[in-house]
Amino acid sequence: MPTVSMTVNGKAVTADVEPRTLLVQFLRENLRLTGTHVGCDTSQCGACLVHVDGHARKSCTMFAWQAEGANVTTIEGVANGNTLHPMQEAFREHHALQCGYCTPGMIMAAIDMVNRKGNELDDHTIRQELDGNLCRCTGYHNIVKAIAAGARAMK
Amino acid sequence: MSATGIGAAVRRKEDHRFITGKGQYTDDISRPGETRALFIRSPHAHAKIKRIDSAAASKMPGVVAILTGEQLAADKIGNLICGWMIHSKDGTPMKMAAHPAIASGKACYVGDPVALVVAETMAQAKDAAEKVVIDYEVLPAVVDPAQAKSGPQIHDVAAKNTIYEWSLGDARATDAAIRSAKHVTRLHLINNRLVPNAMEPRVAIGEYDSGSEHFTLWNTSQNPHVARLVIAAFVGMAPEHKLRVIAPDVGGGFGSKIFIYPEEVAVLWASKRTGRPVKWTSDRSEAFVADAHGRDHVTDAEMAFDAEGRIVALRAKTIANLGAYMSTFSSSVPTYLYATLLSGQYAIPNIYCEVDAVYTNTVPVDAYRGAGRPEATFVVERLVEVGARELGIDPAELRRRNFVKSFPHQTPVIMTYDAGDYNASLRKAMELADVKGFGKRKREAARHGKLRGLGYSTYIEACGIAPSQAVGSLGAGVGLWESAEVRVNPTGSVEILTGCHQHGQGHETTFAQVVADRLGIPIENISVVHGDTDKVQFGMGTYGSRSGAVGISAIVKALDKIEAKAKKVAAHMLEASETDIEFKDGKFTVAGTDKSASWGDVTLNAYIAHKFTGQELEPGLKEGAFYDPTNFTFPAGCHICEVEIDSETGQTKIVNWTAVDDFGTIINPMIVEGQVHGGVAQGVGQALLEHAVYDKDGQLVSGSFMDYTMPKAENLPPLQVATTVTKCPSNPLGLKGCGEAGAIAAPAAVINAITDAIGTEDVAMPATPQTVWAALQKANRMKQAAE
Repeated sequence: MPTVSMTVNGKAVTADVEPRTLLVQFLRENLRLTGTHVGCDTSQCGACLVHVDGHARKSCTMFAWQAEGANVTTIEGVANGNTLHPMQEAFREHHALQCGYCTPGMIMAAIDMVNRKGNELDDHTIRQELDGNLCRCTGYHNIVKAIAAGARAMK
Repeated sequence: MSATGIGAAVRRKEDHRFITGKGQYTDDISRPGETRALFIRSPHAHAKIKRIDSAAASKMPGVVAILTGEQLAADKIGNLICGWMIHSKDGTPMKMAAHPAIASGKACYVGDPVALVVAETMAQAKDAAEKVVIDYEVLPAVVDPAQAKSGPQIHDVAAKNTIYEWSLGDARATDAAIRSAKHVTRLHLINNRLVPNAMEPRVAIGEYDSGSEHFTLWNTSQNPHVARLVIAAFVGMAPEHKLRVIAPDVGGGFGSKIFIYPEEVAVLWASKRTGRPVKWTSDRSEAFVADAHGRDHVTDAEMAFDAEGRIVALRAKTIANLGAYMSTFSSSVPTYLYATLLSGQYAIPNIYCEVDAVYTNTVPVDAYRGAGRPEATFVVERLVEVGARELGIDPAELRRRNFVKSFPHQTPVIMTYDAGDYNASLRKAMELADVKGFGKRKREAARHGKLRGLGYSTYIEACGIAPSQAVGSLGAGVGLWESAEVRVNPTGSVEILTGCHQHGQGHETTFAQVVADRLGIPIENISVVHGDTDKVQFGMGTYGSRSGAVGISAIVKALDKIEAKAKKVAAHMLEASETDIEFKDGKFTVAGTDKSASWGDVTLNAYIAHKFTGQELEPGLKEGAFYDPTNFTFPAGCHICEVEIDSETGQTKIVNWTAVDDFGTIINPMIVEGQVHGGVAQGVGQALLEHAVYDKDGQLVSGSFMDYTMPKAENLPPLQVATTVTKCPSNPLGLKGCGEAGAIAAPAAVINAITDAIGTEDVAMPATPQTVWAALQKANRMKQAAE
């Protein structure tokens, strides 16, 4: 089995994995970082979204070995110690989650959205940018509100 | 109102773990020595299983076992059951076919489990599954409920694939009223088949401890105790006390995780056979053919009016597709959860409904958010809207004219509405939606080549499911009370054990709010325990918007007992008569004196028991209660949808959504609004996007997120949500329930708006651009022909 090495949430990790191991499997099963979820098998839902070298990536859509040498951030790595990331805080404040299953992917997508689009995001932009993330609970109403507020708080 | 009590928009206690990735869902659990399970599922809708050859597969690396339905039967593992008995008009019981966890001899739908591969890893299980050779003899299939009676017979017990032919109401009186009516509106309605698609796919882990002969099942369940009861009493896997069911964080349910599924039985059985924990995690595409679907009704309905526009009768004939087997509560959905709501918000003197439930070669169909009530609302609200158009009466005015105005109101279809003010929610919704300004907006849209339409849905639902005796008399195999236990610790903190289960509803917050409000203690000092049959003695779970009205009422009942006992303790401490003790804001006082004791003093004294003898009072402070409601609750309201349609493309855009709901007392308005948002999204999904489509051979064509259109953020508008309040008179806090309202109200509002915009009633759900465009062309042709 090939060896993969990468940095996950600031920690260097190395493991022997089958070549067909997906990044999400590596994170969940090898590293036990179970905050990254799997909601589909066709890259639609975005529950598995993480940051690879600072860019949003669906971790179900790449092999672990494709992240060789990369810097990976998961939901477990966005808070600063005990201080929540402003986007995490915004999701709680605006009741942007119900069952919580899509939430890690939503928060990772939202942070990426701010990185790309800036801190002033209107309703239309946020909804368009959420094309790759599905939520079945919230009707997106409060997610959109939370992302707008979280984006401003990230200034 | 305190900052954390009843009525406060308290931020959710459970959120911290979810936003930090620390939630614990079933798939996050990994048991020492666990194996992975993969179900080989029938690729055919209807086929004899002639031979299963697993010899080569068994030799594949990592394979632990390959198990079949024949072995399951040989081990005398019982069948899954449907727990609600429905009798046909002729008095015969429903025709429930045997439903083994793994098919034996015959597969009845695409997705029916036919073998189980257990291996060290999922990859090895997948590789081995490729090597299992199954020889099928494909049989003709039937998928369309309207064709089911003339299709190939699926089960020996059910001639013409008919499960029951049931009716409710007075056929003769309804017929007479329709015959003598001034006007009759008639519609043919299809309530499209849906896939619930909770974002978390189902998972089941079975573990058998041969030393204690004890099973544990971790599963994605809305009701772990009911799962344990069915798996013990009917499947016969283990006695109830030798089976623990744990449903930890569950990622959405919407009904689909109520049911006891084949995979849950199979992993328990396989864990005993292999001596290893067995874990099954569903793929999304697998979920499409393994999780119960929703809706799938074909209905012919009539609404009859007198000369003043008063509804004199409603008649509906419905064919309900229950799929290939009867799922856990499937029989109740198109009967007592459907026909009993056909009176809507209206005083209708005559109602008659016939429902034929049929088997088809499709995934079993059972409750999905709203369960029967969205189907009923769609029938009633489409009829009343079209009736208004045909009669030339404003649709709001026609509704107003027919609203039930005095309570209690007995409908002709069992229900006794207890409280409501339907005009109030209609009026408020019309103001918020600026109905007065609609004409101007419509003209403005027309200038840009767009068609605007406005649609109402004044819905009612029966929630707070349900009085045990009442549902028992209607065929339910269980009682539908709820339990609660309040454990007060010596230091005064409190644990609430509930038989409800949260999978998005925020019980850990709202239940704690009720306790904080009552005991006057900080909400941080209260935790809610649920979802484990070893911790909570029994409970019926969460569905049917019941956790507030029934679950919280049980907590209130237990809190009554806690307060009574605590007063006794305080009386001993303060050397006063128990009747003189008053309790308010977390403080016990002796009436007319300045003597007092804090909550913490009293709870500590309850446990150290120094101020009273065991003969006078039992030490400790823990009370339980079972609450059985005396009636259903009747949330109701008005949703108004405004659409804009591009006549060139048929694309519908929802431009405004206004919801005014009466949920009775509201504990946490933030959470309630969220529930409405989510319900509306699912209802809009049904109306515009979602459809489980089978081809004639029984293949699920829309069988993945690539093909099945889930609502995305872009498909939905910002939602305007408000409430009116009439308290429910039948439970202590006046709660009605809010979880399903949006999904119940929304489809009719959307279709009423679209048909208003394009001027034809012939629009089926989902109203995709193609459907709407075709309807528009037809309407235009008819208009031209008329000119």
